[in-house]
Amino acid sequence: MRGNFSTITKMFSASVVAAGLLMSAPAKAADDTIKVGILHSLSGTMAISETTLKDAMLMLIDEQNAKGGLLGKKLEAVVVDPASNWPLFAEKARELISKDKVAAVFGCWTSVSRKSVLPVFSELDNILFYPVQYEGEESERNVFYTGAAPNQQAIPAVDYLMSEDGGSVKRWVLEGTDYVYPRTTNKILEAYLKAKGVAAEDIMVNYTPFGFSDWQTEVSAIKKFGSAGKKTAVVSTVNGDANVPFYKELGNQGIKAEDIPVMAFSVGEEELAGLDTAPLVGHLAAWNYFESVDTPENKKFIADWHKFIKNDKRTTNDPMEAHYIGFNMWVKAVEKAGTTDPDKVIDAMIGVSVPNLTGGYSTMMPNHHITKPVLIGEIQADGQFETVSRTPGLVMGDEWSDYLPDSKDLISDWRAPLSCGNFNVATGKCGGKGTN
Amino acid sequence: MNLFRAIGLTLLFLLATLSSSGASEADLRGIIAKFATAKGFSEIGAVVHELAAIGDPAVERPLAALADGNLYVRKVDSLVFAGKEAGETVQLSDPLSGEASGEAAKDDITKIKVNNTLRRVIRDALGTLTLGAKDPAVRIAAADTMFKTPDAANIGPLDTAIANESVASVKALLEQARAASVLVSDRPDADKLAAVALIGARGDRDAVSLLTSVEANSADAVKQAATAAIANINSTLAFWDAGQNIWYGISLGSVLLLAAIGLAITFGVMGVINMAHGEMVMLGAYTTFVVQQVIRTSFPDLFDWSLVIALPLAFLVSALVGLIIERGVIRFLYGRPLETLLATWGVSLILQQAVRSIFGPTNQEVGNPSWMSGSFNVGQLAITWNRLWILVFALTVFAVLLYVMKRTPWGLQMRAVTANRRMAASMGIRTPWVDALTFALGSGIAGIAGVALSQIDNVSPNLGRGYIIDSFMVVVFGGVGNLWGTLVGAFSLGIVNKFLEPYAGAVLGKIVVLVLIILFIQKRPRGLFALKGRAVEA
Repeated sequence: MRGNFSTITKMFSASVVAAGLLMSAPAKAADDTIKVGILHSLSGTMAISETTLKDAMLMLIDEQNAKGGLLGKKLEAVVVDPASNWPLFAEKARELISKDKVAAVFGCWTSVSRKSVLPVFSELDNILFYPVQYEGEESERNVFYTGAAPNQQAIPAVDYLMSEDGGSVKRWVLEGTDYVYPRTTNKILEAYLKAKGVAAEDIMVNYTPFGFSDWQTEVSAIKKFGSAGKKTAVVSTVNGDANVPFYKELGNQGIKAEDIPVMAFSVGEEELAGLDTAPLVGHLAAWNYFESVDTPENKKFIADWHKFIKNDKRTTNDPMEAHYIGFNMWVKAVEKAGTTDPDKVIDAMIGVSVPNLTGGYSTMMPNHHITKPVLIGEIQADGQFETVSRTPGLVMGDEWSDYLPDSKDLISDWRAPLSCGNFNVATGKCGGKGTN
Repeated sequence: MNLFRAIGLTLLFLLATLSSSGASEADLRGIIAKFATAKGFSEIGAVVHELAAIGDPAVERPLAALADGNLYVRKVDSLVFAGKEAGETVQLSDPLSGEASGEAAKDDITKIKVNNTLRRVIRDALGTLTLGAKDPAVRIAAADTMFKTPDAANIGPLDTAIANESVASVKALLEQARAASVLVSDRPDADKLAAVALIGARGDRDAVSLLTSVEANSADAVKQAATAAIANINSTLAFWDAGQNIWYGISLGSVLLLAAIGLAITFGVMGVINMAHGEMVMLGAYTTFVVQQVIRTSFPDLFDWSLVIALPLAFLVSALVGLIIERGVIRFLYGRPLETLLATWGVSLILQQAVRSIFGPTNQEVGNPSWMSGSFNVGQLAITWNRLWILVFALTVFAVLLYVMKRTPWGLQMRAVTANRRMAASMGIRTPWVDALTFALGSGIAGIAGVALSQIDNVSPNLGRGYIIDSFMVVVFGGVGNLWGTLVGAFSLGIVNKFLEPYAGAVLGKIVVLVLIILFIQKRPRGLFALKGRAVEA
């Protein structure tokens, strides 16, 4: 009896302690959370693309919290709106790091916005995860590039078009919006095509302004260029809103994908959602992820997304997958380092490997780029892409293009002895210069 | 003549017997079953070739289904079916007869994938098979396909088809397709020269494309003939190119006119620097979207009428918002242009963000009714229907507006208030109401411009942004306060822009136009058609 009584007392006191712990837990968490910055435009021209990424990040943070947070602490998202205004990106980044003391920032879409925040991140020593395909020619200690470098998108896409499956294309139109990403990508592609033996007169390069809407002249020029008796294809780096009128004009002027296919690097499920895709069936896009990819991870991701956004018509896209990979990598690196201190996390990031949504693993390389598969898809009548080609293995992001004279000798390795983003192997010195 | 007909009939009969005896249904099913095991595009392509080689018109159904991505393999028994998606399930039917054979869940069947190369192979195969189709449009499509993909083996079937053809225009196309096939065959040079002449007479880009490859692959007389024919076609095409630039310019001009015409009232007539003008256009486009959504869900048959239904609604929505803005903000700011500019700029941001919150930041799909899709040819000039209708629409709106301003009592009051407000008020005109209604009219017209622009541009909250600068440019260039100035301004800017674009590129072209306008305004600060008289000084 006595023994029993003592057991009961022990149990009682234990439960009191437990209850006390439970009660103190939320109080402790409230002033001890890990803050994560989200730097995506919620207004202005880029809101169309970037708002989705903000929502995707909120979903990922919610899910991580449901799993118990990180290092025993809850994650807290800090959302700011840089309003598609490039200098404002730098100001908001500074605000996130200095005022809100975030542990890492996920953000930016256009290359100009990324370039505008770079000095802030290196000065205040924080981490930026950049989720969009870009032109390469950059590798910064504080930035992790989870989108595709040109060799993870543009080069395999052109290879596909040159192959027999892609139609053995001999004549090329490089059509782009006039800013840094299309210009650099087209420079790389031009050098690559010439290295493959394409004559200069078989390449036509054309640029249009942001938000261009009257494509009549350009489309008829493409038609004219395509009537030289050689198989012709368009490689499009046309960005954002300008794509919808471009595809409408293609459809109206009767350019079919079987005759002149358009391979796009900036058109995803999101852009097609605003379009009647029936006349576009067969036009192509190169990405590292398609919503139509049939894997259990992707099915779960789409279901979670629909539940989170409360709309089962909303599509998923490649930059969302990039944030998914980037966020999970960061979580893993923080767990590995045991702290959110940016210096330790940056070192811990290299070599971290997490599942991607296309049925494999993506790994962070020493050049702060990741490994991904490259998928080529054809537009279907339902606005989705059907994968028609997939690289056999994973492709490692190559930051300094091998096809540009200024950058072919440069490499990047942020591991201890070298710790350099632009090491020139020809001169053996750190600090080489790329093309931009 | 009778003799020809007899020969033709015999051939037709022969063809019919040949095709019916070509292969039994079991053979066809055997080949179709191979789709289930074919791996990769090249193997599927091989099966397509095998099917097409049989030459039985019955293979048209499975091949067309394959090209449209509607051919499936059932996982349990590896049987091939044609299918039609219906939600989460697929309605299956027999690939040859088209008889319904139940339905299957999407997970239980695999779609046979096609890519562009395969689609082209199928299109070519169907081209040969559909030469004898009843519908002339199908025969024209077949002739067109065969012209673009010439093959020496096509000459025989084409000869038969030409002999049977009764429609002259289709016959001409078939003969051109035959000529194209002759050029890639090993027929004597005399035949080829005749073919070059025939194709040269066709005179379009496809002919140039074909002749260029002939020029590269043949010798002597044929090569020279091809070179001469290409030069000939190119000189005619250069003429058409100029015509095309003018048409593109007119079309761009009509878009500028539509965007600017509402502003010609609010800014031109009333003198309000209305930065929220673009958002009125955007509201019109979103009204179209909402109308189409309702039609899609409730009255799918009315889809072709959606734009007509949207027009009055868009006018009302934008006019109402315009009225609220005038009564709520602008009326306190008359005569203070800087404050008006900032206030309307703020209103435009509010409207954008409101639409973004309600509809989301992404583009909304506004469909083109069937009469707004596709294009037709005038000579070598391809004119797209949507651009043509927008031109007609812009001119109609302009004419109606001109009538309202010049011929109605309301227009008279509007002009009186603009010319001399105090005098008009003394005459008993309620100037505040005239102001409000004029602003509402300008906004409403911007709204119906939005209906038209939704057909060629993105429907997103940023829609208005793209047009505001151009609209002001047109109104200032044309002359503030003059509707005719807006018309002439819009079309001249459109045409100059489109003539510069092929030479200077779109980016530089736009810069050159801006520089030209700056120079022009230096010379004539009041624009093309300046208002004269006391009103200007007021």
